Amino acid sequence: MILARIDNVSVRFGDKVVLQNLSLDIEEGAITCLIGLSGAGKSTILRLLNGLRKPDSGHVYVKGTDICCMRERDLIDFRSKIGFAFQFAALFDSMTVADNVALPLREHTRMRPEQIDAVVMRTLEMVGMETAREKYPAELSGGMLKRAGFARAIVTNPDLVLYDEPTTGLDPIITHVLTDTIVRLRRQLSGTAVVISHDLDSIYVMADYVAMLFEGAIIAYGKVEDVRRSGNPIVQQFLQGSEIGPIPI
Amino acid sequence: MRVLDDVGRGTSGLFEYAGGVATLSAESGRFIGSLRIRVAETFTQAYFLGVQSTAIVLLTSLFTGMVISLESAVQAVQFGVGDLVGGGVAFISARELGPMLSAVVVAGRTGAAIAAELGSMVVTEQIEALEALGLSPVQMLVVPRLLALAIMLPILTSFADIVSVVGGMYLANTVAHISFETFISSARQAVTFTDVLKGLLKAGVFGCIIALIGSYQGLQTRGGAAGVGRATTGAVVTSIILIFAANFIMSFLLFGYNG
Repeated sequence: MILARIDNVSVRFGDKVVLQNLSLDIEEGAITCLIGLSGAGKSTILRLLNGLRKPDSGHVYVKGTDICCMRERDLIDFRSKIGFAFQFAALFDSMTVADNVALPLREHTRMRPEQIDAVVMRTLEMVGMETAREKYPAELSGGMLKRAGFARAIVTNPDLVLYDEPTTGLDPIITHVLTDTIVRLRRQLSGTAVVISHDLDSIYVMADYVAMLFEGAIIAYGKVEDVRRSGNPIVQQFLQGSEIGPIPI
Repeated sequence: MRVLDDVGRGTSGLFEYAGGVATLSAESGRFIGSLRIRVAETFTQAYFLGVQSTAIVLLTSLFTGMVISLESAVQAVQFGVGDLVGGGVAFISARELGPMLSAVVVAGRTGAAIAAELGSMVVTEQIEALEALGLSPVQMLVVPRLLALAIMLPILTSFADIVSVVGGMYLANTVAHISFETFISSARQAVTFTDVLKGLLKAGVFGCIIALIGSYQGLQTRGGAAGVGRATTGAVVTSIILIFAANFIMSFLLFGYNG
């Protein structure tokens, strides 16, 4: 079943075409990984899926609703049902980890403070951050920041969680921990996730589907093994990390 | 052709800036009008932006009042109009220098702080994170700062008016032997309560200008640390120019040709 559909979307930044007539389906209950060169438009796809960016043409449907036609006020409500874990976590500096995680609950629900505390604690336990609840973002390591960002993204039990490069810049052990966390969270929440990553080992572990972007278009999409066996030389060059091939360096 | 191109781009940029600030003002007004105000955050900002500016505002006002008195008192006494010095100092403090100097000092301190804080939040994706959480950055960040400065700047200005007059009175007494009673009596004759209120109204408008320009510059930040620096400088320069322009327009409208 399809949870979200990007339908024939084009996006430009000034003169630069970022996405060109791109279509992509996000399967419900699956982890879809987006791969591609830096600047290929992967982050733009995440921002299309939660309405942070409107396409210049085309449509984006989430649970059957075209979010491109929504008014900003409706989009604000809609976004509260989509979790977004940012590349650098984007935690609010002036708040503790617990306050960061509690913020969406305080703003969007009528839960009592003690209920919110309980949900926050449970969510922090899910990502292994319960001991850091009173710390400020500046006191956290890179891996802890990302996990706190995960906690904030999932605390409202969203239909769809978007992860923007969750393992970039981290050591192999923390990368493994975070990859495991994403898989476990998807299972525990029975939700859908879209993950941008350059870490192919992590992708092979967590992805149900992989989509590869190149020059604003999807050039490969399918199950992990299908994409790995793709006959497209661009896909093969990318997966092998080779300098030799059709991708201009 | 290149000159025309630059002029065209500059003009369109100016309109884009004005439109952006107007949109931000309207959106802030919508939240304030519907009473969707974060009261605790507004008090926090009132403390950071207002209360913590008290010392710098009072010091500049004190020295300004004293220098006006220093320049005018001795000569006024020589011309036999020493009893007008108090009126002169109070008049100019309440109607012009009090509101404007307070605003310029606060623009330098808090306009820069607002732009730097919001600009840093933009480059670290915190603003985008707010939007992704279904929260409005205008409601969460701009409205509390706008209300805080619109309320605190008139309060600071009222203190500045008093300190300026007291400083002037002390110096007039010291350098020109004008008695306190003469000074105060002259001040009370020259300045009405309405004059003071109009001065405070100007201060409230200046507070809105500082908050809106600082917020807009901060939210428009692009390009990392260098962008934050540009936003900060732009916020201070633009705020100060707009404060001077608004002061002229409001003086004209509130006090008219004849005062």
